[in-house]
Amino acid sequence: MSTSTMAWGDHRVLPTWAPAAATGAGVAVGLLAFLAGGVSLILAAIVAAAVTTAALIPWSLAVEGSRRARDRMVTLTVTGAFALAVAPLISLLYTVVSKGLDRFDATLFSESMRNVVGNGGGVQHAIVGTLVITGLATLASVPIGVMTAIYLHEYGRGGKLGRAISFFVDVMTGIPSIVAGLFAYALFALIFGPGVRLGVMGAVALSLLMIPIVVRSTEEMLRVVPHHLREASYGLGVPKWLTIVKVVLPTAFAGIVTGCMLAIARVVGETAPLLITTGAVTSVNANPFGGRMENLAVFAYNQYANPGVPRDPYIARAWAAALTLLLIVMVLNLVARLVSARFGVKQR
Amino acid sequence: MSQPSADAGAAGSSTEAPLHVPLGGGAAAATAEPAVPATPAKSIEVRDLDIYYGRFHAVAGVTVTLRPNKVTALIGSSGCGKSTFLRSLNRMHELVRGAYVDGKVELDGRDIYATGTDPVAVRRQIGMVFQQPNPFPTMSIYDNVAAGLRLNRRKIKKPELDEIVERALRGAHLWTEVKDRLDKPGSGLSGGQQQRLCIARATAVEPDVLLMDEPCSALDPIATVAIESLIAELKNRFTIVIVTHNMQQAARASDYTAFFNIERSGDPGRLVEIDETQTIFSTPASPATEAYISGRFG
Repeated sequence: MSTSTMAWGDHRVLPTWAPAAATGAGVAVGLLAFLAGGVSLILAAIVAAAVTTAALIPWSLAVEGSRRARDRMVTLTVTGAFALAVAPLISLLYTVVSKGLDRFDATLFSESMRNVVGNGGGVQHAIVGTLVITGLATLASVPIGVMTAIYLHEYGRGGKLGRAISFFVDVMTGIPSIVAGLFAYALFALIFGPGVRLGVMGAVALSLLMIPIVVRSTEEMLRVVPHHLREASYGLGVPKWLTIVKVVLPTAFAGIVTGCMLAIARVVGETAPLLITTGAVTSVNANPFGGRMENLAVFAYNQYANPGVPRDPYIARAWAAALTLLLIVMVLNLVARLVSARFGVKQR
Repeated sequence: MSQPSADAGAAGSSTEAPLHVPLGGGAAAATAEPAVPATPAKSIEVRDLDIYYGRFHAVAGVTVTLRPNKVTALIGSSGCGKSTFLRSLNRMHELVRGAYVDGKVELDGRDIYATGTDPVAVRRQIGMVFQQPNPFPTMSIYDNVAAGLRLNRRKIKKPELDEIVERALRGAHLWTEVKDRLDKPGSGLSGGQQQRLCIARATAVEPDVLLMDEPCSALDPIATVAIESLIAELKNRFTIVIVTHNMQQAARASDYTAFFNIERSGDPGRLVEIDETQTIFSTPASPATEAYISGRFG
């Protein structure tokens, strides 16, 4: 191919449907190998990827030249990496939904496991427990976390105290959840004696896990609030604390909400710390100070780990509980998105 | 230095623009203004001001009087301390950790650096407009203008606030453009409109002095002309200090011009001279000033 300026004129590209056609061919060959050839699904996927690459790249090289062929190669690699990352997620969603739907009925939400052996029963007590424990943990962690982040970013930057807090927040991020549970257990055992099980203990354990996430994400959001907005506010003679409350926090609001949501999603499915702090129970208990409390993750674990005879209803309930947990997280995410869209920065 | 030449072209075209611009620097501006200003503003007296960032000596030995109801332009090459000096006039430079000053800055005889003086109170009297238009993104146009009053927790009745907002927006030549969309976010406006919104926001709290840190350098020539004609009007009510890299702008918009310079990099910036704008641009006392305004360096 000529490199003169005339090369602008005979610039040739593949038709826009070329990548789709190559991918289609790859998937077709892969399917054929899977259905007729009897190879495993993973091998079939590899075959599909290889065929797609082998179809598109030489074609591109012949028609468009090496620069565009390289571009297409990188595009394929990036798309492939994305597919690789998403595949387990889709597989997980599919498994949870397909197995959870067996028992995803009205009784699941209207009944607890009180006096239930074998078939029937529901997770009402576990839903109540999950909401109460996570809600309490959120109520404690979000103010503490957001205020810590405000101190770290707006006041204590570079200072000794700020650096110390920052270090310990990093340490807390790495705490295994079972350690948080043991801490809460030990704390309450000192006060109420050994063997105590309370919903609020679970909330304490979970907030230990939530606080560092809230601090880190809020700090990150405060960092992206442009400095000139603070200056504009100071320039109007607005004191610093009011600038933070009225200008900085509203600007960072959407990001802070998202960070809190991530923190909730991270702890709502915790099992280990709740096993030792809140215990397990079969009836509804909405009082976090009134003894044992069930929650969805522990419920699913117990149903699966210690099923009765026959096993099937127990396993089905475990999957249904997992599906419920998934839906709760999705609803929370949706609510958070609506909230941040409603109160966040508007473009026009 | 490409910016002044580009601006020179812009200035040439702006003289043909239909908007009213005071031409010929201080003299023309002086004849255009009324004998008695509408609202007498306050003067700033600076004596032996040294500004430091930690151990770095940024500006040295500035003694100057900024006259009331006049526009004083600060010119000089980048890094000569003119922005730092401007920010020290309402204690904004203190936002940088380790910044402090030595010397006196008096607003009508009251030292703004006297012990016990609240920098927040100082900034309520000496407002500021920044280089980058920075309306608050979470607030509507109306709320942006009202922000200074509302955030200072002064209880104001709605009709009175409406009046203040309208007056500030009219004063910033923005009212007719935004009066039908006061509840829309300020970030939806064009750059020039946003800057006028910021001027309206700064003037709504009725300060005595308005500091402007390169208010036009992020704007196109048309928007620049709009801001300059606004400045010519605002000096009836405020004392204005403006930092600019654009010498044509200093010549067009100011009554007095102060030239800042540093001898070597690392040295503190110094005030070389201040005089009526016309004098500075025709017969400056210092050869350094002449070299700078004629484009031989900077």
